Amino acid sequence: MNVVLPITLRSTERRRLIWNWVGLLPFFAFILFFFIIPSFNLFTGAFLNRSGAFTLENVAVFRNPNVIRAYLTSLQVSFLTAALGGAFGFFVAYSVTIGGAPRWMRSVIMTFSGLAANFGGVPLAFAFIATLGRTGFLTALLKSICLPGPQGEQVCPFNPYDYGFNLYSLGGLVLAYLYFQFPLMVLTITPAIEGLRREWREAADSLGASGLQYWRDVALPVLTPSILGAALLLFSNSFGAYATAQALTGGNIPLVTIFIGQQIRGDVLGNPHEGYALALGMVIIMAITIAAYGVLQRQTSRWIRA
Amino acid sequence: MNVPPRKRNGWAIFWGVLAMLYFFVPLYGTLDFSLRMKRGELSLMAYEIVLSDPRFWESFRYSAVMAVITIAVSALIFVPTVYWMHLRAPQARPLVELIAILPFIIPTIVYVFGLIRTFSRPPLQLTLTPLTTDVLIVAGYVVVSMPYMFRAVDIGMRTIDVRTLTEAAQSLGSNWFRVLADVIFPNLRLALLSGALICFATVMGELILASFLVRPALGPYMQLLGLTKAYEPAALAIISYALTWLSLGLIQFFSRSAASQQLTGR
Repeated sequence: MNVVLPITLRSTERRRLIWNWVGLLPFFAFILFFFIIPSFNLFTGAFLNRSGAFTLENVAVFRNPNVIRAYLTSLQVSFLTAALGGAFGFFVAYSVTIGGAPRWMRSVIMTFSGLAANFGGVPLAFAFIATLGRTGFLTALLKSICLPGPQGEQVCPFNPYDYGFNLYSLGGLVLAYLYFQFPLMVLTITPAIEGLRREWREAADSLGASGLQYWRDVALPVLTPSILGAALLLFSNSFGAYATAQALTGGNIPLVTIFIGQQIRGDVLGNPHEGYALALGMVIIMAITIAAYGVLQRQTSRWIRA
Repeated sequence: MNVPPRKRNGWAIFWGVLAMLYFFVPLYGTLDFSLRMKRGELSLMAYEIVLSDPRFWESFRYSAVMAVITIAVSALIFVPTVYWMHLRAPQARPLVELIAILPFIIPTIVYVFGLIRTFSRPPLQLTLTPLTTDVLIVAGYVVVSMPYMFRAVDIGMRTIDVRTLTEAAQSLGSNWFRVLADVIFPNLRLALLSGALICFATVMGELILASFLVRPALGPYMQLLGLTKAYEPAALAIISYALTWLSLGLIQFFSRSAASQQLTGR
Protein backbone atom coordinates (compact mmCIF):
# COMPACT_ATOMS: atom_id res chain seq x y z
CA MET A 1 0.00 0.00 0.00
CA ASN A 2 2.89 2.29 0.77
CA VAL A 3 4.14 1.89 -2.77
CA VAL A 4 1.25 3.82 -4.31
CA LEU A 5 1.54 6.75 -1.90
CA PRO A 6 2.98 9.97 -3.31
CA ILE A 7 6.55 10.63 -2.25
CA THR A 8 5.66 13.83 -0.33
CA LEU A 9 3.22 11.98 1.85
CA ARG A 10 5.74 9.27 2.50
CA SER A 11 8.30 11.74 3.78
CA THR A 12 5.82 13.39 6.16
CA GLU A 13 4.85 9.92 7.20
CA ARG A 14 8.49 9.23 7.97
CA ARG A 15 8.86 12.49 9.86
CA ARG A 16 5.80 11.56 11.87
CA LEU A 17 7.31 8.16 12.57
CA ILE A 18 10.51 9.72 13.88
CA TRP A 19 8.53 12.21 15.96
CA ASN A 20 6.62 9.27 17.44
CA TRP A 21 9.83 7.88 18.85
CA VAL A 22 10.96 11.23 20.25
CA GLY A 23 8.51 10.98 23.15
CA LEU A 24 10.31 7.85 24.27
CA LEU A 25 13.71 9.54 24.34
CA PRO A 26 13.86 10.31 28.10
CA PHE A 27 13.18 6.65 28.85
CA PHE A 28 15.76 5.39 26.37
CA ALA A 29 18.32 7.94 27.60
CA PHE A 30 17.86 6.84 31.20
CA ILE A 31 18.03 3.16 30.30
CA LEU A 32 21.03 3.67 28.04
CA PHE A 33 22.92 5.60 30.68
CA PHE A 34 22.13 3.59 33.80
CA PHE A 35 21.46 0.16 32.41
CA ILE A 36 22.73 -0.53 28.90
CA ILE A 37 26.13 1.15 29.24
CA PRO A 38 26.96 -0.45 32.62
CA SER A 39 25.93 -3.87 31.33
CA PHE A 40 27.74 -3.33 28.05
CA ASN A 41 30.90 -2.26 29.89
CA LEU A 42 30.83 -5.48 31.83
CA PHE A 43 30.42 -7.58 28.71
CA THR A 44 33.11 -5.85 26.72
CA GLY A 45 35.33 -6.11 29.79
CA ALA A 46 35.02 -9.87 29.52
CA PHE A 47 36.79 -9.72 26.15
CA LEU A 48 39.59 -7.31 27.04
CA ASN A 49 42.93 -7.95 28.70
CA ARG A 50 44.59 -5.69 31.25
CA SER A 51 46.03 -3.39 28.62
CA GLY A 52 42.65 -3.04 26.91
CA ALA A 53 43.22 -5.21 23.86
CA PHE A 54 40.75 -7.78 22.60
CA THR A 55 41.25 -11.27 23.97
CA LEU A 56 39.42 -14.52 24.55
CA GLU A 57 41.76 -15.50 27.37
CA ASN A 58 39.30 -14.51 30.11
CA VAL A 59 37.19 -17.51 29.18
CA ALA A 60 39.93 -19.45 30.98
CA VAL A 61 38.08 -18.47 34.16
CA PHE A 62 35.73 -21.33 33.39
CA ARG A 63 38.61 -23.76 33.87
CA ASN A 64 39.17 -22.47 37.42
CA PRO A 65 37.99 -25.28 39.75
CA ASN A 66 36.42 -22.77 42.19
CA VAL A 67 34.42 -21.21 39.38
CA ILE A 68 33.31 -24.61 38.09
CA ARG A 69 32.24 -25.54 41.61
CA ALA A 70 30.32 -22.26 41.98
CA TYR A 71 28.46 -22.80 38.71
CA LEU A 72 27.68 -26.42 39.54
CA THR A 73 26.39 -25.46 43.01
CA SER A 74 24.22 -22.66 41.62
CA LEU A 75 22.85 -24.93 38.90
CA GLN A 76 22.20 -27.64 41.48
CA VAL A 77 20.33 -25.31 43.86
CA SER A 78 18.34 -23.79 41.00
CA PHE A 79 17.50 -27.19 39.54
CA LEU A 80 16.49 -28.64 42.91
CA THR A 81 14.31 -25.69 43.92
CA ALA A 82 12.75 -25.53 40.45
CA ALA A 83 11.95 -29.27 40.47
CA LEU A 84 10.79 -29.51 44.08
CA GLY A 85 9.08 -26.12 44.14
CA GLY A 86 7.56 -26.83 40.73
CA ALA A 87 6.16 -30.23 41.74
CA PHE A 88 4.90 -29.03 45.11
CA GLY A 89 3.46 -25.84 43.64
CA PHE A 90 1.74 -27.82 40.90
CA PHE A 91 0.03 -30.16 43.38
CA VAL A 92 -1.03 -27.20 45.51
CA ALA A 93 -2.39 -25.31 42.49
CA TYR A 94 -4.20 -28.45 41.34
CA SER A 95 -5.70 -28.92 44.81
CA VAL A 96 -7.11 -25.43 45.08
CA THR A 97 -8.40 -25.23 41.50
CA ILE A 98 -9.97 -28.49 40.28
CA GLY A 99 -8.85 -30.75 43.13
CA GLY A 100 -11.75 -29.84 45.35
CA ALA A 101 -10.01 -28.25 48.33
CA PRO A 102 -12.35 -26.08 50.41
CA ARG A 103 -12.95 -22.58 49.12
CA TRP A 104 -11.48 -20.84 52.17
CA MET A 105 -8.28 -22.84 51.65
CA ARG A 106 -8.10 -21.58 48.10
CA SER A 107 -8.32 -17.95 49.10
CA VAL A 108 -5.77 -18.36 51.91
CA ILE A 109 -3.31 -20.14 49.62
CA MET A 110 -3.73 -17.75 46.69
CA THR A 111 -3.31 -14.70 48.94
CA PHE A 112 -0.26 -16.11 50.69
CA SER A 113 1.27 -17.23 47.41
CA GLY A 114 1.14 -13.65 46.19
CA LEU A 115 2.82 -12.50 49.37
CA ALA A 116 5.38 -15.29 49.82
CA ALA A 117 6.51 -15.23 46.18
CA ASN A 118 7.63 -11.66 46.83
CA PHE A 119 9.27 -12.45 50.12
CA GLY A 120 12.97 -13.14 50.11
CA GLY A 121 16.25 -11.56 50.91
CA VAL A 122 17.73 -11.20 54.38
CA PRO A 123 14.45 -11.47 56.39
CA LEU A 124 13.71 -14.85 54.81
CA ALA A 125 17.08 -16.14 56.02
CA PHE A 126 16.32 -14.77 59.51
CA ALA A 127 12.94 -16.48 59.52
CA PHE A 128 14.47 -19.84 58.68
CA ILE A 129 17.27 -19.44 61.22
CA ALA A 130 14.66 -18.64 63.88
CA THR A 131 12.62 -21.68 62.83
CA LEU A 132 15.11 -24.36 61.84
CA GLY A 133 18.43 -23.03 63.15
CA ARG A 134 20.29 -24.87 65.90
CA THR A 135 18.15 -23.22 68.57
CA GLY A 136 15.20 -22.46 66.32
CA PHE A 137 11.54 -22.95 67.14
CA LEU A 138 11.00 -26.16 65.16
CA THR A 139 14.36 -27.63 66.20
CA ALA A 140 13.46 -27.04 69.85
CA LEU A 141 10.03 -28.54 69.27
CA LEU A 142 11.52 -31.66 67.67
CA LYS A 143 14.00 -32.01 70.49
CA SER A 144 11.15 -32.17 72.98
CA ILE A 145 9.22 -34.99 71.34
CA CYS A 146 10.08 -38.62 70.57
CA LEU A 147 10.56 -39.79 67.02
CA PRO A 148 11.78 -43.05 65.50
CA GLY A 149 15.50 -42.95 64.69
CA PRO A 150 17.13 -44.38 61.56
CA GLN A 151 17.33 -47.93 63.06
CA GLY A 152 13.71 -47.84 64.20
CA GLU A 153 14.53 -47.20 67.87
CA GLN A 154 12.80 -44.43 69.81
CA VAL A 155 14.92 -41.35 70.12
CA CYS A 156 14.13 -38.74 72.75
CA PRO A 157 14.96 -36.04 72.08
CA PHE A 158 15.22 -36.06 68.31
CA ASN A 159 17.67 -33.41 67.25
CA PRO A 160 17.68 -33.11 63.46
CA TYR A 161 21.20 -31.75 63.65
CA ASP A 162 22.38 -35.18 64.92
CA TYR A 163 21.02 -36.80 61.78
CA GLY A 164 22.79 -34.84 59.14
CA PHE A 165 20.39 -31.92 58.91
CA ASN A 166 22.01 -28.53 58.74
CA LEU A 167 20.18 -25.34 57.86
CA TYR A 168 23.44 -23.59 57.00
CA SER A 169 24.07 -25.96 54.11
CA LEU A 170 22.87 -26.50 50.59
CA GLY A 171 19.85 -28.47 51.81
CA GLY A 172 18.90 -25.67 54.20
CA LEU A 173 19.25 -23.13 51.42
CA VAL A 174 16.94 -25.21 49.22
CA LEU A 175 14.35 -25.31 52.04
CA ALA A 176 14.54 -21.52 52.41
CA TYR A 177 14.30 -20.88 48.65
CA LEU A 178 11.26 -23.15 48.44
CA TYR A 179 9.46 -20.61 50.59
CA PHE A 180 9.25 -18.27 47.60
CA GLN A 181 9.62 -20.85 44.85
CA PHE A 182 6.53 -22.99 45.31
CA PRO A 183 4.19 -19.98 45.71
CA LEU A 184 5.58 -18.60 42.43
CA MET A 185 4.73 -21.94 40.82
CA VAL A 186 1.20 -21.77 42.25
CA LEU A 187 0.75 -18.29 40.77
CA THR A 188 2.19 -19.21 37.36
CA ILE A 189 0.50 -22.56 36.84
CA THR A 190 -2.98 -21.79 38.21
CA PRO A 191 -4.24 -20.07 35.03
CA ALA A 192 -3.03 -23.03 32.95
CA ILE A 193 -4.82 -25.56 35.15
CA GLU A 194 -7.95 -23.43 35.10
CA GLY A 195 -7.66 -23.44 31.30
CA LEU A 196 -8.22 -27.20 31.19
CA ARG A 197 -11.69 -27.45 29.73
CA ARG A 198 -14.37 -29.38 31.47
CA GLU A 199 -15.45 -30.91 28.15
CA TRP A 200 -12.09 -32.67 27.79
CA ARG A 201 -12.60 -34.41 31.09
CA GLU A 202 -16.19 -35.25 30.20
CA ALA A 203 -15.17 -36.52 26.78
CA ALA A 204 -12.46 -38.70 28.35
CA ASP A 205 -14.93 -40.02 30.94
CA SER A 206 -17.59 -40.79 28.36
CA LEU A 207 -15.03 -42.73 26.31
CA GLY A 208 -14.31 -44.81 29.40
CA ALA A 209 -10.93 -43.33 30.34
CA SER A 210 -9.80 -43.63 33.95
CA GLY A 211 -8.64 -40.61 35.90
CA LEU A 212 -5.07 -41.76 35.39
CA GLN A 213 -5.56 -42.14 31.63
CA TYR A 214 -7.15 -38.68 31.44
CA TRP A 215 -4.14 -37.14 33.15
CA ARG A 216 -1.58 -39.14 31.18
CA ASP A 217 -3.12 -38.72 27.73
CA VAL A 218 -4.98 -35.40 27.90
CA ALA A 219 -4.25 -33.07 30.80
CA LEU A 220 -0.50 -33.51 31.20
CA PRO A 221 0.35 -33.19 27.49
CA VAL A 222 -1.68 -29.97 27.39
CA LEU A 223 -0.05 -28.67 30.57
CA THR A 224 3.52 -29.74 29.78
CA PRO A 225 4.62 -26.47 28.11
CA SER A 226 3.16 -24.45 30.98
CA ILE A 227 4.81 -26.66 33.58
CA LEU A 228 8.19 -26.50 31.83
CA GLY A 229 7.87 -22.75 31.36
CA ALA A 230 7.02 -22.19 35.00
CA ALA A 231 9.91 -24.43 36.06
CA LEU A 232 12.27 -22.31 33.94
CA LEU A 233 10.93 -19.19 35.65
CA LEU A 234 11.64 -20.77 39.05
CA PHE A 235 15.08 -21.81 37.85
CA SER A 236 16.05 -18.27 36.85
CA ASN A 237 14.44 -16.88 40.00
CA SER A 238 16.78 -18.92 42.16
CA PHE A 239 19.83 -18.68 39.89
CA GLY A 240 20.12 -14.91 40.34
CA ALA A 241 19.35 -14.86 44.08
CA TYR A 242 22.02 -13.58 46.43
CA ALA A 243 20.75 -12.00 49.66
CA THR A 244 19.14 -15.06 51.27
CA ALA A 245 22.18 -17.24 50.66
CA GLN A 246 24.54 -14.54 51.90
CA ALA A 247 22.56 -13.94 55.09
CA LEU A 248 21.89 -17.63 55.75
CA THR A 249 25.34 -19.04 55.27
CA GLY A 250 27.57 -15.97 55.37
CA GLY A 251 28.84 -16.84 51.91
CA ASN A 252 29.85 -20.40 52.85
CA ILE A 253 27.90 -21.95 50.02
CA PRO A 254 29.83 -21.22 46.84
CA LEU A 255 27.05 -19.92 44.59
CA VAL A 256 28.00 -17.94 41.48
CA THR A 257 26.25 -14.86 42.87
CA ILE A 258 28.22 -15.15 46.13
CA PHE A 259 31.41 -15.62 44.13
CA ILE A 260 30.70 -12.51 42.06
CA GLY A 261 30.09 -10.60 45.29
CA GLN A 262 33.49 -11.66 46.59
CA GLN A 263 35.04 -10.73 43.27
CA ILE A 264 33.53 -7.21 43.45
CA ARG A 265 34.79 -6.71 46.99
CA GLY A 266 38.25 -8.13 46.72
CA ASP A 267 39.10 -9.41 43.24
CA VAL A 268 39.46 -13.00 44.50
CA LEU A 269 40.26 -14.17 40.98
CA GLY A 270 43.25 -11.85 40.80
CA ASN A 271 42.06 -10.54 37.43
CA PRO A 272 39.08 -8.18 37.16
CA HIS A 273 38.47 -9.17 33.55
CA GLU A 274 37.96 -12.79 34.51
CA GLY A 275 35.32 -11.47 36.94
CA TYR A 276 33.48 -9.90 34.00
CA ALA A 277 33.60 -13.19 32.12
CA LEU A 278 32.18 -14.90 35.21
CA ALA A 279 29.27 -12.44 35.28
CA LEU A 280 28.72 -12.74 31.53
CA GLY A 281 28.37 -16.50 31.87
CA MET A 282 25.56 -15.95 34.34
CA VAL A 283 23.72 -13.56 32.06
CA ILE A 284 23.97 -16.02 29.17
CA ILE A 285 22.39 -18.78 31.25
CA MET A 286 19.66 -16.39 32.44
CA ALA A 287 18.97 -15.16 28.90
CA ILE A 288 18.62 -18.71 27.55
CA THR A 289 16.29 -19.63 30.43
CA ILE A 290 14.06 -16.57 30.04
CA ALA A 291 13.96 -16.89 26.24
CA ALA A 292 12.91 -20.54 26.52
CA TYR A 293 10.29 -19.48 29.06
CA GLY A 294 8.95 -16.90 26.61
CA VAL A 295 8.70 -19.45 23.81
CA LEU A 296 6.89 -21.96 26.02
CA GLN A 297 4.61 -19.24 27.35
CA ARG A 298 3.55 -18.30 23.83
CA GLN A 299 2.86 -21.93 23.05
CA THR A 300 0.71 -22.21 26.16
CA SER A 301 -1.38 -19.14 25.49
CA ARG A 302 -2.85 -20.94 22.47
CA TRP A 303 -4.48 -23.46 24.80
CA ILE A 304 -5.46 -21.06 27.52
CA ARG A 305 -7.42 -18.72 25.27
CA ALA A 306 -10.84 -20.19 25.82
CA MET B 1 -15.93 -40.79 36.95
CA ASN B 2 -13.79 -43.73 38.02
CA VAL B 3 -11.87 -41.97 40.75
CA PRO B 4 -14.13 -41.40 43.74
CA PRO B 5 -14.43 -37.67 44.44
CA ARG B 6 -13.79 -38.17 48.14
CA LYS B 7 -10.31 -39.57 47.56
CA ARG B 8 -9.33 -36.70 45.30
CA ASN B 9 -10.64 -34.27 47.86
CA GLY B 10 -8.45 -35.93 50.48
CA TRP B 11 -5.31 -35.41 48.42
CA ALA B 12 -6.31 -31.83 47.69
CA ILE B 13 -6.65 -31.17 51.39
CA PHE B 14 -3.33 -32.88 52.07
CA TRP B 15 -1.43 -30.62 49.64
CA GLY B 16 -3.34 -27.56 50.75
CA VAL B 17 -2.56 -28.20 54.39
CA LEU B 18 1.09 -28.86 53.56
CA ALA B 19 1.27 -25.54 51.69
CA MET B 20 -0.31 -23.66 54.56
CA LEU B 21 2.12 -25.30 56.99
CA TYR B 22 5.00 -24.18 54.79
CA PHE B 23 3.61 -20.64 54.85
CA PHE B 24 2.82 -20.43 58.53
CA VAL B 25 5.39 -22.54 60.41
CA PRO B 26 8.37 -20.28 59.58
CA LEU B 27 6.20 -17.25 60.33
CA TYR B 28 5.05 -18.61 63.65
CA GLY B 29 8.53 -19.91 64.46
CA THR B 30 10.03 -16.50 63.82
CA LEU B 31 7.38 -14.76 65.89
CA ASP B 32 7.85 -17.24 68.75
CA PHE B 33 11.62 -16.98 68.60
CA SER B 34 11.53 -13.17 68.55
CA LEU B 35 9.56 -13.18 71.82
CA ARG B 36 11.95 -15.45 73.73
CA MET B 37 14.86 -13.15 74.39
CA LYS B 38 14.21 -13.23 78.13
CA ARG B 39 14.72 -16.75 79.43
CA GLY B 40 11.54 -18.54 80.47
CA GLU B 41 9.05 -15.86 79.54
CA LEU B 42 7.59 -14.18 76.50
CA SER B 43 8.67 -10.59 76.11
CA LEU B 44 8.95 -7.84 73.54
CA MET B 45 12.56 -7.21 74.56
CA ALA B 46 14.03 -7.99 71.11
CA TYR B 47 11.62 -5.50 69.55
CA GLU B 48 12.43 -2.89 72.17
CA ILE B 49 16.14 -3.27 71.47
CA VAL B 50 15.68 -3.02 67.70
CA LEU B 51 13.29 -0.08 67.92
CA SER B 52 15.51 1.83 70.35
CA ASP B 53 18.62 1.38 68.21
CA PRO B 54 19.34 4.73 66.54
CA ARG B 55 21.13 2.95 63.69
CA PHE B 56 17.92 1.08 62.90
CA TRP B 57 16.03 4.36 62.55
CA GLU B 58 18.82 5.97 60.56
CA SER B 59 18.91 3.10 58.06
CA PHE B 60 15.12 2.92 58.03
CA ARG B 61 14.89 6.63 57.29
CA TYR B 62 17.56 6.40 54.61
CA SER B 63 15.79 3.52 52.85
CA ALA B 64 12.39 5.18 53.16
CA VAL B 65 13.69 8.44 51.68
CA MET B 66 15.39 6.55 48.83
CA ALA B 67 12.16 4.60 48.25
CA VAL B 68 10.12 7.79 47.96
CA ILE B 69 12.62 9.36 45.54
CA THR B 70 12.69 6.13 43.53
CA ILE B 71 8.90 6.10 43.29
CA ALA B 72 8.82 9.73 42.13
CA VAL B 73 11.55 9.22 39.53
CA SER B 74 9.95 5.97 38.31
CA ALA B 75 6.57 7.63 37.91
CA LEU B 76 8.11 10.59 36.07
CA ILE B 77 9.92 8.27 33.68
CA PHE B 78 7.38 5.52 33.10
CA VAL B 79 4.07 7.38 32.96
CA PRO B 80 5.03 9.67 30.04
CA THR B 81 6.82 6.75 28.34
CA VAL B 82 3.94 4.31 28.58
CA TYR B 83 1.48 7.09 27.72
CA TRP B 84 3.41 7.95 24.59
CA MET B 85 3.75 4.29 23.73
CA HIS B 86 -0.01 3.81 23.94
CA LEU B 87 -0.86 6.96 22.05
CA ARG B 88 1.78 7.51 19.39
CA ALA B 89 4.30 4.71 19.22
CA PRO B 90 2.63 1.31 19.63
CA GLN B 91 5.33 -0.07 17.35
CA ALA B 92 7.84 0.59 20.14
CA ARG B 93 6.05 -1.77 22.48
CA PRO B 94 8.10 -4.94 21.82
CA LEU B 95 11.35 -3.07 22.41
CA VAL B 96 10.15 -1.26 25.54
CA GLU B 97 8.69 -4.48 26.93
CA LEU B 98 11.95 -6.30 26.30
CA ILE B 99 13.90 -3.58 28.11
CA ALA B 100 11.42 -3.65 30.98
CA ILE B 101 12.06 -7.33 31.69
CA LEU B 102 15.85 -7.12 31.25
CA PRO B 103 16.38 -6.69 35.03
CA PHE B 104 15.03 -10.22 35.37
CA ILE B 105 17.68 -11.50 32.98
CA ILE B 106 20.58 -9.54 34.40
CA PRO B 107 20.83 -10.48 38.10
CA THR B 108 21.17 -7.55 40.49
CA ILE B 109 24.61 -8.70 41.59
CA VAL B 110 25.80 -8.59 37.97
CA TYR B 111 24.09 -5.24 37.44
CA VAL B 112 25.74 -3.64 40.47
CA PHE B 113 29.06 -5.00 39.20
CA GLY B 114 28.47 -3.10 35.95
CA LEU B 115 27.39 0.05 37.78
CA ILE B 116 30.52 0.05 39.93
CA ARG B 117 32.76 -0.63 36.98
CA THR B 118 31.18 2.18 34.96
CA PHE B 119 30.69 4.89 37.57
CA SER B 120 33.67 4.47 39.87
CA ARG B 121 36.15 5.77 37.34
CA PRO B 122 36.45 8.78 35.02
CA PRO B 123 34.83 10.22 32.97
CA LEU B 124 31.83 9.92 35.24
CA GLN B 125 32.89 9.13 38.76
CA LEU B 126 29.68 9.03 40.80
CA THR B 127 30.88 6.92 43.72
CA LEU B 128 33.16 9.63 45.14
CA THR B 129 30.66 11.47 47.33
CA PRO B 130 27.60 10.22 49.25
CA LEU B 131 25.30 12.51 47.29
CA THR B 132 26.35 11.30 43.85
CA THR B 133 26.33 7.71 45.10
CA ASP B 134 22.74 8.31 46.15
CA VAL B 135 21.97 9.47 42.61
CA LEU B 136 23.47 6.22 41.38
CA ILE B 137 21.60 4.08 43.90
CA VAL B 138 18.26 5.70 43.02
CA ALA B 139 18.95 4.99 39.35
CA GLY B 140 19.73 1.42 40.36
CA TYR B 141 16.51 1.10 42.36
CA VAL B 142 14.52 2.50 39.43
CA VAL B 143 16.06 -0.14 37.15
CA VAL B 144 15.59 -2.99 39.62
CA SER B 145 11.92 -2.14 40.23
CA MET B 146 11.29 -1.32 36.54
CA PRO B 147 9.57 -4.62 35.66
CA TYR B 148 6.94 -4.06 38.35
CA MET B 149 6.49 -0.33 37.81
CA PHE B 150 6.26 -0.69 34.05
CA ARG B 151 3.68 -3.44 34.37
CA ALA B 152 1.60 -1.48 36.86
CA VAL B 153 1.57 1.65 34.70
CA ASP B 154 0.95 -0.33 31.52
CA ILE B 155 -2.02 -2.18 32.99
CA GLY B 156 -3.39 1.07 34.43
CA MET B 157 -3.04 2.79 31.05
CA ARG B 158 -4.97 -0.03 29.39
CA THR B 159 -7.99 0.53 31.61
CA ILE B 160 -8.37 4.20 30.63
CA ASP B 161 -9.16 5.47 27.16
CA VAL B 162 -5.93 7.36 26.59
CA ARG B 163 -6.84 8.65 23.14
CA THR B 164 -10.28 10.01 24.04
CA LEU B 165 -9.02 11.63 27.22
CA THR B 166 -6.15 13.25 25.35
CA GLU B 167 -8.32 14.53 22.51
CA ALA B 168 -10.91 15.86 24.96
CA ALA B 169 -8.26 17.68 26.98
CA GLN B 170 -6.63 19.05 23.84
CA SER B 171 -9.92 20.27 22.42
CA LEU B 172 -10.34 22.20 25.66
CA GLY B 173 -6.95 23.81 25.07
CA SER B 174 -4.57 21.73 27.14
CA ASN B 175 -0.98 21.30 26.08
CA TRP B 176 0.93 18.02 26.44
CA PHE B 177 2.13 18.87 29.90
CA ARG B 178 -1.36 19.72 31.15
CA VAL B 179 -2.74 16.54 29.59
CA LEU B 180 -0.21 14.43 31.47
CA ALA B 181 -0.34 16.32 34.76
CA ASP B 182 -4.07 17.03 35.01
CA VAL B 183 -5.66 14.15 33.12
CA ILE B 184 -3.42 11.10 32.78
CA PHE B 185 -1.72 11.13 36.20
CA PRO B 186 -4.97 11.51 38.21
CA ASN B 187 -6.59 8.75 36.19
CA LEU B 188 -3.67 6.45 36.87
CA ARG B 189 -3.56 7.02 40.60
CA LEU B 190 -4.57 3.47 41.50
CA ALA B 191 -2.10 1.86 39.13
CA LEU B 192 0.58 4.22 40.41
CA LEU B 193 -0.29 3.39 43.97
CA SER B 194 0.22 -0.32 43.40
CA GLY B 195 3.45 0.36 41.49
CA ALA B 196 4.60 2.67 44.28
CA LEU B 197 3.89 0.14 47.01
CA ILE B 198 5.80 -2.62 45.24
CA CYS B 199 8.64 -0.15 44.61
CA PHE B 200 8.60 0.69 48.32
CA ALA B 201 8.72 -2.97 49.36
CA THR B 202 11.55 -3.64 46.90
CA VAL B 203 13.71 -0.73 48.04
CA MET B 204 13.12 -1.33 51.77
CA GLY B 205 14.27 -4.94 51.49
CA GLU B 206 17.03 -4.40 48.97
CA LEU B 207 20.48 -5.59 50.00
CA ILE B 208 22.76 -5.83 47.00
CA LEU B 209 22.82 -2.25 45.64
CA ALA B 210 23.13 -0.65 49.07
CA SER B 211 25.68 -3.15 50.26
CA PHE B 212 28.03 -2.85 47.28
CA LEU B 213 27.59 0.89 46.87
CA VAL B 214 28.22 1.10 50.66
CA ARG B 215 25.20 3.17 51.65
CA PRO B 216 23.56 3.01 55.12
CA ALA B 217 20.32 1.33 54.05
CA LEU B 218 18.09 -1.12 55.88
CA GLY B 219 19.35 -4.19 54.00
CA PRO B 220 23.00 -3.93 55.05
CA TYR B 221 21.91 -3.02 58.59
CA MET B 222 19.83 -6.20 58.80
CA GLN B 223 22.66 -8.28 57.42
CA LEU B 224 25.09 -6.90 59.98
CA LEU B 225 22.63 -7.52 62.79
CA GLY B 226 22.26 -11.11 61.61
CA LEU B 227 25.99 -11.68 61.97
CA THR B 228 26.18 -10.49 65.57
CA LYS B 229 22.79 -11.04 67.25
CA ALA B 230 20.37 -13.92 67.76
CA TYR B 231 16.91 -12.64 68.73
CA GLU B 232 16.90 -9.17 67.22
CA PRO B 233 17.09 -10.51 63.62
CA ALA B 234 13.93 -12.52 64.24
CA ALA B 235 12.20 -9.38 65.48
CA LEU B 236 13.47 -7.51 62.42
CA ALA B 237 12.23 -10.28 60.14
CA ILE B 238 8.76 -9.94 61.67
CA ILE B 239 8.87 -6.14 61.25
CA SER B 240 10.04 -6.59 57.67
CA TYR B 241 7.34 -9.20 56.98
CA ALA B 242 4.74 -6.83 58.34
CA LEU B 243 6.04 -3.96 56.23
CA THR B 244 6.27 -5.95 52.98
CA TRP B 245 2.95 -7.60 53.50
CA LEU B 246 1.27 -4.37 54.41
CA SER B 247 2.47 -2.92 51.09
CA LEU B 248 1.41 -5.96 49.08
CA GLY B 249 -1.83 -6.35 51.02
CA LEU B 250 -2.72 -2.73 50.24
CA ILE B 251 -2.11 -3.43 46.55
CA GLN B 252 -4.51 -6.38 46.63
CA PHE B 253 -7.04 -4.32 48.56
CA PHE B 254 -6.87 -1.34 46.20
CA SER B 255 -6.77 -3.36 43.00
CA ARG B 256 -9.89 -5.21 44.11
CA SER B 257 -11.79 -1.97 44.54
CA ALA B 258 -10.11 -0.41 41.51
CA ALA B 259 -12.86 -1.14 39.00
CA SER B 260 -15.45 0.97 40.78
CA GLN B 261 -13.10 3.90 41.30
CA GLN B 262 -11.81 4.53 37.81
CA LEU B 263 -12.87 7.92 36.53
CA THR B 264 -13.33 6.62 33.03
CA GLY B 265 -13.50 3.17 31.65
CA ARG B 266 -13.97 1.43 28.40
